[in-house]
Amino acid sequence: MNALAIRTNGLYKTYRTGFLHKKFLALNNLNLEVKQGEILGYLGPNGAGKTTTFKIILDLIRPEKGEVYIWGKRAYGSSYRQEIGFLPDNPYFYDYLTPLESLDFYGKLFNFKKSERIERSRELLLWVGLDNFKDRQLRKFSRGMLQRLGVAQALINNPKILILDEPMLGLDPMGRRELRDIIIKCKENGKTVIFSTHILSDVEMICDRAAIIFNGTVHDVVSVEKTLETEIQFYEVIYANTTGKHELIRFKEYKDAMEGVENINKQGLKMISFNPHRMNLEDIFIKQAEGRINRWGK
Amino acid sequence: MGKIVAISMNTFRESIRDRVLYSLIVFSFLMLAFSILLANITIGDPIKIVKDFGLAVISLFGVLITIFVGIGLLYKEMERRTIYVILSKPITRWQFLLGKYLGLSITLAVEVFIMTFAFFCLCFYYENIISWELLKAIVPIFFELLLILSIAIVFSSFSSTFLSGLFTLSIFVIGHFTQDIKILAASNESLFFKKLSQVIYYILPNLENLNFKARVVHNLPLPYKEIFFSILYSVVYSIFLLVLAIIIFNRRNFP
Repeated sequence: MNALAIRTNGLYKTYRTGFLHKKFLALNNLNLEVKQGEILGYLGPNGAGKTTTFKIILDLIRPEKGEVYIWGKRAYGSSYRQEIGFLPDNPYFYDYLTPLESLDFYGKLFNFKKSERIERSRELLLWVGLDNFKDRQLRKFSRGMLQRLGVAQALINNPKILILDEPMLGLDPMGRRELRDIIIKCKENGKTVIFSTHILSDVEMICDRAAIIFNGTVHDVVSVEKTLETEIQFYEVIYANTTGKHELIRFKEYKDAMEGVENINKQGLKMISFNPHRMNLEDIFIKQAEGRINRWGK
Repeated sequence: MGKIVAISMNTFRESIRDRVLYSLIVFSFLMLAFSILLANITIGDPIKIVKDFGLAVISLFGVLITIFVGIGLLYKEMERRTIYVILSKPITRWQFLLGKYLGLSITLAVEVFIMTFAFFCLCFYYENIISWELLKAIVPIFFELLLILSIAIVFSSFSSTFLSGLFTLSIFVIGHFTQDIKILAASNESLFFKKLSQVIYYILPNLENLNFKARVVHNLPLPYKEIFFSILYSVVYSIFLLVLAIIIFNRRNFP
């Protein structure tokens, strides 16, 4: 369980942007470890370097410094990608193909036999809910449907490692739920999953750990379970005052909170809610983000 | 090899759905039909005019298809970002590029075949015989197209559609005048221009090597050995360009 599926060691990547080719440091000594069999959420604001990390792992982008290791071996050549499935951010496919033809084509890139390709493609289309559209050209597909096909193509080789860049993007609530189920199912089947997202609740629901990236550096890696198990930080009491307007009071101690509730009752005011508040990923994320803003301010 | 074939078949499939290809083929048919009119209103042997004009049409439209369809297809992969999904699979970049080249070569072969068929029908209408000797000019035209395709692939591996098209078209034009550049080099007094002209002459492909149109139309002697060496020249040059394209493509980032 402790083996590392992916390890990046000191990745640096600079882009040149604009007319004057101004330098922009996208990754700054990025070290990331993804353990075998886990689901790792990769969190960060826009432009933090999430997509660049994934593309360097897949050799779509070459870093100036640093290395990538897959199962402890240096990622080199193309054969290491045999065991990886990748869903790019906003995936694009050949719009003149049907989902079945697309998956068949991607299967060919793994040298799979025809019977194997057909069987796997049908199975995957059923899994991602596109079996009714398998013969429709992709040009007639919605964003969400393309995203589903993206997930299917990432799984065509039954990969041991699944890298998903913003997989929830463009999906409706049902689609998001289905995708979460697919990711959990992948984990149950022994796959290692890393995915980037902005939606923190998704990470809380399915991830084992979350890595938080800012300005091209991983700042924190937290265990989601432990974070959610942390002690209650404060209690929120909401009541309606004499004019009927809602008011909020925070209490640090349980005893004080209960006294507050009693007082509200004594005064004949209406209690609206009583919430114990635990530290969640959002708090950690915001705290990290504020830290960055302070540093920028200096 | 299976992966290269998969890419090339997909490229072929994509190119034959390209509207630009069909409009160019239709236009080339119109031009062939125009040669009938031209033969009637021009003084001289009408069949020679039809043959001369027809071969020029095959060559010119072949080049246009190579440039517009060829460059577009590679650039589209990057612009539409379909390349991300492909290159994340266990396929090397050279396999991808070679697959693209082969797929487009098949498209060109089909296109040249269709135009040749139409051209043969036209000649048959005039002569009542199939003019097989025209193949002595058409086969080298096909190899010239493959060479231009390699040039297009080199340019489109690092620049935009418009610039690649412009560069490729320029090399096609200059490639037919390299002999003149050599003469210019010999006659120029400035040492700088002499050297520059020589460098251009030796670096750029001499496409006139593959031009046997006039000799075929006018039934001038044309040994097979000469055709063979011209084709060999085109193949070697194309391989060199493809290696160059692969080197450039290998160093690219796909952000």
